[in-house]
Amino acid sequence: MSITVKQVSKSFGSFRALEHVSLEVAGGSLVALLGPSGSGKTTLLRIIAGLEVPDAGTVLYQDEDVTEAAVKDRNVGFVFQHYALFRHMTVFENVAFGLRVRRWPRKRVKERVGELLRLIQLDGLAGSYPSQLSGGQRQRVALARALAPEPKVLLLDEPFGALDAKVRQDLRQWLRRLHDEIHVTSVFVTHDQEEAFEVADRVVIMNHGHVEQTGTPREIFERPANPFVMDFLGNVNVFHGHVVRGRMKVGSFEVDYPAHPHDEPRPATAFVRSHELELLAKRNGRPSLEGKVVHVSPAGPVVRARVFAADFGVVLNVDVTRDRYAELGLEVGDTVYVAARDVRVYVQDYII
Amino acid sequence: MNDVNRRVLPGFRLSLGYTLAYLGVLVLVPLVACFLKAATLPFDRFWAAVSTDRAVAAYELTVGASLVSAAINVVVGLLVAWVLVRYEFPMKRVVDSLVDLPFALPTAVAGLVYSSLYVQSGWLGRFLVPLGIQAAYSRLAIVLVLVFVGFPFVVRTLEPVLERIDADVEEAAACLGASRLQTVTRVIFPSLYPALVTGFALSFARALGEYGSVVFVSGNMPFKTEIAPVLIVARLEEFAYAEATAIAVVLLVISFAVLVVVNLLERWSKRVYA
Repeated sequence: MSITVKQVSKSFGSFRALEHVSLEVAGGSLVALLGPSGSGKTTLLRIIAGLEVPDAGTVLYQDEDVTEAAVKDRNVGFVFQHYALFRHMTVFENVAFGLRVRRWPRKRVKERVGELLRLIQLDGLAGSYPSQLSGGQRQRVALARALAPEPKVLLLDEPFGALDAKVRQDLRQWLRRLHDEIHVTSVFVTHDQEEAFEVADRVVIMNHGHVEQTGTPREIFERPANPFVMDFLGNVNVFHGHVVRGRMKVGSFEVDYPAHPHDEPRPATAFVRSHELELLAKRNGRPSLEGKVVHVSPAGPVVRARVFAADFGVVLNVDVTRDRYAELGLEVGDTVYVAARDVRVYVQDYII
Repeated sequence: MNDVNRRVLPGFRLSLGYTLAYLGVLVLVPLVACFLKAATLPFDRFWAAVSTDRAVAAYELTVGASLVSAAINVVVGLLVAWVLVRYEFPMKRVVDSLVDLPFALPTAVAGLVYSSLYVQSGWLGRFLVPLGIQAAYSRLAIVLVLVFVGFPFVVRTLEPVLERIDADVEEAAACLGASRLQTVTRVIFPSLYPALVTGFALSFARALGEYGSVVFVSGNMPFKTEIAPVLIVARLEEFAYAEATAIAVVLLVISFAVLVVVNLLERWSKRVYA
C-alpha cells in the first residue's frame, strides 16, 4: 500500500504548518520525516493518518483518495510519542481494543493478541497494566496495539522521543528488524538524524512547512541538496564569504567554484564537515589555516578537537582518528594547521 | 551518639502536634462526647430509642433519599463537568462559579427558595401540582434539595480527572477504528470510574448530614417526610437528650461506614486504574 501526498497545505491560525507539500511513500517501505521542531513533520504525519484535515491538497492510499475519509475508517496504525495507552486496560485488552471494536470473534482476538505479544516479546505481561511497565515496554505495547488490526499503513510520531538513550538505540534496531519481517508501509517522524538514517529506507528532510530533500540516507549524506540540509545534518563548519570569477573566497582562503565565473561577487557559504578537515603539525604547501587547539575530547571512536583560528576569529570542529591523534600527540594549546579535504559551497539567497 | 535532626523541613514536631491537637478538639472530642452521652442510657433503653418505628422510618428515608440524590448527581454532575471541561462557550467562567454556589449558599436559603417555588402557588408549583407532582413538602422535595447541596462535589471531583485525559488517547482509539460512541463508553468513561465513585460518595455523605434545607421543604411529617437529623431535633425539643444522642450515634456509624467503604473503593480503583 503506497501513500501519495499531493500539494498539501495546512495552517493553524496565522501559522503555516505545511505549504504545498508533496510526498511519495512506496508500498512496503520505511520512511522517516526528519526536521527541526516546527518544520511541519508531525502535521504531515497527522494529515496522512486523518487526524488533521488539510486546507488544500489530497492524500491517496494506493489509488484511493482518502483526504475526506474519517480516521476510524482508514485502517491506519498510529503510535504516539507518549504511548497513549488505555490506562484502565491490561496489556492484553489494549492490544485487543482494535479487534474488539471491529467485532472479531473472541477466539481470533485471543490468537491475534497472543501472536503480537510474542512479536513484541511481552507475552508474560499480558495481564499487567500500563502503569506497571517501563517506557520501552509501553511503547512496544503501543506498537502491538497499532499493528493488531493489520493496518494498511503504520505511522509513528517520534516513537522513541520519550525514552532514554540506551532504550532508544535498542528499540529502533528492533523496529527495523520488525519492519523487515512484516513489510507494512511505515512513516515515522523524528528530529534525530541518526535515528532516521539508521532505520529508514528513505529520509524526507523538512523545514518551515517544505520538503527540503528526499532520498536514501546515503544520497542525503553525500549530496545534501542545499545549505539547510547541510547545516541540519550537523558536525559541520560554516564559513561565510563570497564567490567571484570561479573562486570562493573566505578571507585569504580560496577554493575553486567554477559554477560562478562572473565578475560581480555574490555572497556564498562554504561547509566543511568536521571529519573532512585535517590537522597538520606543520604547513605542507596545501592551503591551510593556522590555529590553536582549545579543547580535545578523546573519549569516543574519533577524537574531537576544537581549534581556534585567530585569523578568522572562528572555532573549528575537527574530527581526528585515534591513530592520527596519537601520531600528532595533540594537546590543548598546540599550534596546528587545518586543511580541508572537501568543501561544499552554496551560493545563495539563503540565510542560516 | 548525637541526636542530629536530619529532616530537611523544619518544625515537623510542632506542626504535627498542632495538627493532632486541632483534629482532637474539633473532631475527636465531640465524637467521643456523643458516644459517652449515648452510653448514659442502659442498652435496652438505647435500643428502644434507636429502633422505634419512627426512627427506623427516618433512617430509611435519610439513607434512601441520599442514595437517590447522589445517583442523580453523578449523572448530572458528569454532564456538567464534561461541558465545562470539553467545550468553550461565552460566560463559561460564570457558569463555572455557579457550580460552587451550593457550597457557599446557606442551605436554609436554598430550602426556603425551593419550598416557595414548588408550593401550589409557587412559580413552578402552579404548573406541577395540577400534574400531580408534589415537589414541596414531600419526599421528592427532599431529594431535590439534596441534589442541590451535593451537586458541586461530583462536578469538582470529575473536572480534574476529565482534564487529565489526553487527546492522544482518544485519537488512538479513533485510529484503532472506534466510533465516537465506542471511544466515550470504552475509553473515557472507564477512566472516570474512580472519580465517579468518589463524587458519588462525597455527595451521599453530604446528603446524609443535610438538615438546614430539608427542614424547610420536607414538611417533617413523622413516618413520611421526617429525616433522621430532624428527628434528633424533635427529640431535643422533648428534652430527651440521651435519646437524641442515641439516634446521632446511629447516624455517626452510618457516616463512618460510608467513609470506610469509600476508602476501600478508592484504594481498589487506584490499584486498577492508576
